[in-house]
Amino acid sequence: MRADFRIWGLLPAWVIMGFTLIIPIGIVIAVSFAARGAYGGFDWALSGEPYVQILYQVGWTDELEFNPQYLYIIARTLWLAAITTLICMAVSLPVAYYIARQPRAVKAALVYLVTLPFWVSMIVRVYAWLMILGNDGVIEKALVATGLTSGIDSLLFNDGAMLVGMVYSYLPLMILPVFASVEKLDGALIEASHDLYANRWVTLRRVILPLAWPGLMAGAILVFVPCLGAVLEPILLGGGKQLLMGNLIQTQFGGGRNWPFGAAIAVVLMGLVMIVLMARALRDGGRHDAA
Amino acid sequence: MTSRGKAIEVEGVTKDFGTFRALDGVSFDIYDNEFFTLLGPSGCGKTTLLRMLAGFDAPTSGAIRLHGKPILDLPPHKRRVNTVFQSYALFPHMTVEQNIAFGLENLGWPKDRRSARTAQMLEMVHMAQFARRRPDQLSGGQRQRVALARALAPEPEVLLLDEPLSALDLKLRQAMRDELRTLQRQTGITFVFVTHDQEEALDMSDRICVLGQGRIQHLGTPNEIYEDPANRFVADFIGETNFLPVQVISVDGDMASVKTPMGQVVTTLQKAATAGQAATLSLRPEKIGMEDQAVGEIMQGRVTNKNYMGGYTHYTVDVGGTELRVSKRNAISHSQSFEIGREVRLGFRHDSARVLGA
Ligand SMILES: Nc1ncnc2c1ncn2[C@@H]1O[C@H](COP(=O)(O)OP(=O)(O)OP(=O)(O)O)[C@@H](O)[C@H]1O
Ligand SMILES: [Mg+2]
Repeated sequence: MRADFRIWGLLPAWVIMGFTLIIPIGIVIAVSFAARGAYGGFDWALSGEPYVQILYQVGWTDELEFNPQYLYIIARTLWLAAITTLICMAVSLPVAYYIARQPRAVKAALVYLVTLPFWVSMIVRVYAWLMILGNDGVIEKALVATGLTSGIDSLLFNDGAMLVGMVYSYLPLMILPVFASVEKLDGALIEASHDLYANRWVTLRRVILPLAWPGLMAGAILVFVPCLGAVLEPILLGGGKQLLMGNLIQTQFGGGRNWPFGAAIAVVLMGLVMIVLMARALRDGGRHDAA
Repeated sequence: MTSRGKAIEVEGVTKDFGTFRALDGVSFDIYDNEFFTLLGPSGCGKTTLLRMLAGFDAPTSGAIRLHGKPILDLPPHKRRVNTVFQSYALFPHMTVEQNIAFGLENLGWPKDRRSARTAQMLEMVHMAQFARRRPDQLSGGQRQRVALARALAPEPEVLLLDEPLSALDLKLRQAMRDELRTLQRQTGITFVFVTHDQEEALDMSDRICVLGQGRIQHLGTPNEIYEDPANRFVADFIGETNFLPVQVISVDGDMASVKTPMGQVVTTLQKAATAGQAATLSLRPEKIGMEDQAVGEIMQGRVTNKNYMGGYTHYTVDVGGTELRVSKRNAISHSQSFEIGREVRLGFRHDSARVLGA
């Protein structure tokens, strides 16, 4: 009776998961092994061709030549996601710490403010950066007004602008879990650290950081994973010259009309995410065993 | 005590929180090697004072010196003072050993000296077998010991303890009192102990500073504070007592003849008084003898209530309309007991009562 319920009780969840997650992923994987259709789309024909295409291109004489351009995009994606995550970690710790030290009412208000951007569409928010960084944007106007310069080349359309946009987009996802772990931190521990002759730096390194670590790690996952799939920021702020994996996938399904190849890149991306999550899970598991 | 050096000098320390004055011109000295207790009701400023010694708070005005050197400009990590926190504040991500070694590392002790000292401290607080555990794997009493060891390890000039026993159950608290006292004697470190538990203070301290309403009410040995309380606040806060409104009739040196609701008695003056002045007489319940133990000033009364406590029996006796609390030690098994409604003879010695200011 009970065992039955345990299995059948979860049926709705299984149905939803099946239709929205498992079946689509299955389709993506299946397509990634299909052949490119003559007029877009794909034909069912088992082939590893799309995966080969990630590393090789077909030369003039029909033989495969190693072509690192997609590898380069993958590496760049990983690199930018990692940098974004690190910047978010560095920024969120003092912010979360500051919020956690405020009186109750102020704290609630500040946490609300942190989540506020989520109420606005991502596209609108990224466009806002166009106005801040762009020609005649807020920053340029401010610089001109202070007389520091008579006008600057656009701050837009480079990796820096893209990074700013990504950090901005995903920072709340880091601040919230870090705040959750910093808030639990007993103020007496910091006093105890100072009392035991630790200066601020040592206290940060040996008391605050280790205790905020679970929050930082949770935040790192929440930021790193969506960064791998970022689409908007590279196009709008990065100028679309240098793409990330997200853009590559989008182009293959859109203009590129190479669904199998797009699906193959998507599967690689998914694989990368899985590796990150599993590494995390394994580490945590190991830590629990040790404790 | 006069030959001893001063470990801490607190001079005219005042602390305001906004418009609220938590401490008001407090001055006292703490001597080397002393077990010094700050005692007072909740909210009287004990923790505030201790935090200023540790460096977590700064006084609004006044000076604090540690072995003659002003320390108010020093941050906590530069003061050779350690704290045992009320909540223990053990680092949850470190083992017992690492907790104890933390201060030593920050002081730059070399590794071998550090581990020797850590081992010694673990031994001292009987926690050697728990060295590798984390704080959440320890009982309250064990955590308490680790907190003590951690604070004592760097050999501070003064150890500050903020109600360290309040989180423990009664039995453990008793045991830890003795352990603390022993530790203090063993290490010879000056202890500044904060508590609101008068029994704890009387039991452990060399000297007690009774704080009330942000001021020092009385500073003295446990015996002085109990037997010769400086004022009504102290007499009331430490132990139990009967307060009787009296009128001073005549004064002769430190003795006075006073008129009480039960009649005229001669007792010891605690505070200068003049004839005709209104004052308060403090008479401790155990200083009043019943029936065959009634000596000195004799009164007649009737038992109105009785509480058997094992070692003692507490009586409430009506003496001419005034209720007196009397406690009688049950010195032998099946000691004589007085039933409610019974007429009894009471008496107290002149030098056992104290006339306090009004
Ligand atoms: N940061 C603060 N802001 C405002 N008032 C404070 C602050 N800290 C303490 N106080 C007030 O100062 C007074 C003394 O506080 P303190 O913590 O020193 O009391 P305490 O004697 O340690 O009491 P307890 O026995 O309850 O611990 C209290 O009335 C308290 O409300
Ligand atoms: Mg307190």
